[in-house]
Amino acid sequence: MNVRKIATLAAAVGALFASVSSAHAAEALVKIDGSSTVFPITEAVAEEFQKAKKGTVRVTVGISGTGGGFKKFCRGETDISNASRPILDKEMADCKAAGIKYIELPVAFDALTLVMNPKNSFLKQITSAELKTMWEPAAQGKILKWNQVNPAWPDTGLKLFGPGADSGTFDYFTEAIVGKSKSSRGDFTASEDDNVLVQGVSRDAGALGYFGFAYYIENKDKLKAVPVVNPKTGKAVEPSMEAVISGDYQPLSRPIFIYVNAAAIDRPEVKEFVEFYLKNAAELTKEVKYVPLTDADYKHAAENFAKKKTGTAFGGHAEVGVQVSDLLKRDPKE
Amino acid sequence: MNQKDIQAIRAIITRHKRWDMLFGLLGLLALMVGVLTLTVLFADMAIKGAARIDYDFLTSFPSRRAGSAGILSAWVGTILVMLVTAMSAVPLGVAAGVYLEEYAPKNWVTDLIEINVTNLAGVPSIVYGLLALGLFVYKFGFGQSILSAGLTLGLLILPVVIVATRESIRAIPQMVREGAYACGATTWQTVRDHIVPYSSAGILTGVIIGMARAIGETAPIITIGALTFIAFLPPAPYTEVFPYISFEWLMAPFTVMPIQMFNWTSRPEAAFQVNAAAAGFILVLMTLAMNGMAIWLRYRLRRNIKW
Repeated sequence: MNVRKIATLAAAVGALFASVSSAHAAEALVKIDGSSTVFPITEAVAEEFQKAKKGTVRVTVGISGTGGGFKKFCRGETDISNASRPILDKEMADCKAAGIKYIELPVAFDALTLVMNPKNSFLKQITSAELKTMWEPAAQGKILKWNQVNPAWPDTGLKLFGPGADSGTFDYFTEAIVGKSKSSRGDFTASEDDNVLVQGVSRDAGALGYFGFAYYIENKDKLKAVPVVNPKTGKAVEPSMEAVISGDYQPLSRPIFIYVNAAAIDRPEVKEFVEFYLKNAAELTKEVKYVPLTDADYKHAAENFAKKKTGTAFGGHAEVGVQVSDLLKRDPKE
Repeated sequence: MNQKDIQAIRAIITRHKRWDMLFGLLGLLALMVGVLTLTVLFADMAIKGAARIDYDFLTSFPSRRAGSAGILSAWVGTILVMLVTAMSAVPLGVAAGVYLEEYAPKNWVTDLIEINVTNLAGVPSIVYGLLALGLFVYKFGFGQSILSAGLTLGLLILPVVIVATRESIRAIPQMVREGAYACGATTWQTVRDHIVPYSSAGILTGVIIGMARAIGETAPIITIGALTFIAFLPPAPYTEVFPYISFEWLMAPFTVMPIQMFNWTSRPEAAFQVNAAAAGFILVLMTLAMNGMAIWLRYRLRRNIKW
């Protein structure tokens, strides 16, 4: 490397920095970030939307997790936030402090699915109470065999698999089963990568695990779903699209959301994107193996969006067993 | 020396040779562990991903359909980020190394800097990501852009470049410097005409080790906000009108190969695992190509050294 080359390099670096400040073209860009659970649906919509718009609008989707997504959203860095749970008190305060108003739109269901090894022949159904016995913090180091949960079950080792503590799925499961978000025994095999859980359960005859419905559907040959007893009807229900839509698969089905920055709707590309989302969500949701809302719910959500109903229908905390049609009727608060 | 002594000596020589061979075998074994691991991994990814590796895979954007998903935005992103990384880390690292070796007085301040530089090489990459998030993304306002990512990885490999520069400068015989000074050259002239050219091969090796580390980094890039789904390319680096060169791409949102792979491995559909393997194969190929280029450059540089 001679002097001239070094000088050229230095000049290039200098020019590079100098030009950075001036560069920035205004182009139609929709920025989305947030939950990895909602990601596949939003990705599918983004893909189709860009095709429909013939590349005149650009959409980016990141995966920062629901919490990470809200942090960016409440700083005004993103137009839309993917969320696998409703916005929480603290996040509401952050958004308020930054003067950011938002519209909460449910876009699909995610059914948490309990899975067992296909060799497991004794487990026909499971109740919330049994699940609580297995998963509550008090079970740690004590509940290690199946017959400790239910005497009718055999005296074999119980191996538990579940998502890690940073996951929204973990939050919801603990809320729905143990009664308090994030309250769980710690001695189970945790992984943020659901495929690791699939592998784990499929290799251990005494295993029980939970994760999103899509992972079960894709691995039906390696796993069996456990029917969960609906506490209201007392009937054991196997997870399926129909059971989730009808509201029978409770308490482990939950709506998932997008949050739209109300100020960003003034930009036609964001408005069109959300409208496109709600119009095509039913079909695209099924394609990526999630459970769609009913057509009436999507229509209702679109109306709420058109009326710019800002705020959340939840009081800053998650709710278990809530119906989407009821949610959409509520008067959202900020 | 009688027959007995000769026999004893022969026995000693045989024994030592046996040890020699044993050590050689051990070394070979140690080498094989690394080479075999790489080969097996590489072959595994090639076999698993073979079905997906074609021209379309390289020229398609990511998609929800595994069969039509590609890595266009990922590999373009990786190359652009690497470009910024090299542009920032090489001049800075070489300058710092040259200063420490040729200019800096040998005192405790220099020692302290030395220790710090060495320590920096061991800092977990996520820490660089957090630093960059505060500094580049927010403070300097570069946003979640190729520029931020490139500078972050540049910082990450800076210590490696500095250490490599210093090591290769030290390998230059003292007489070269003395000769230059004896002819009345200034320090700058000595550095420019002798030190940097002679050490460039070693510096290049360090740069390659650093770049190879940077190309596979995920954590700091995620921290500063690389995206997972992005179906467009950064603006082209040239324009139709004056000044023909555009740096807008520096500020563009981006994704890189390891992130695309990571996303695919965590998808439920088995078909995406194939995509991930294919992307991994291509990432290794990219690294090998980068290394190959450096080896060729090094060979050319060495040819010009005449002492």
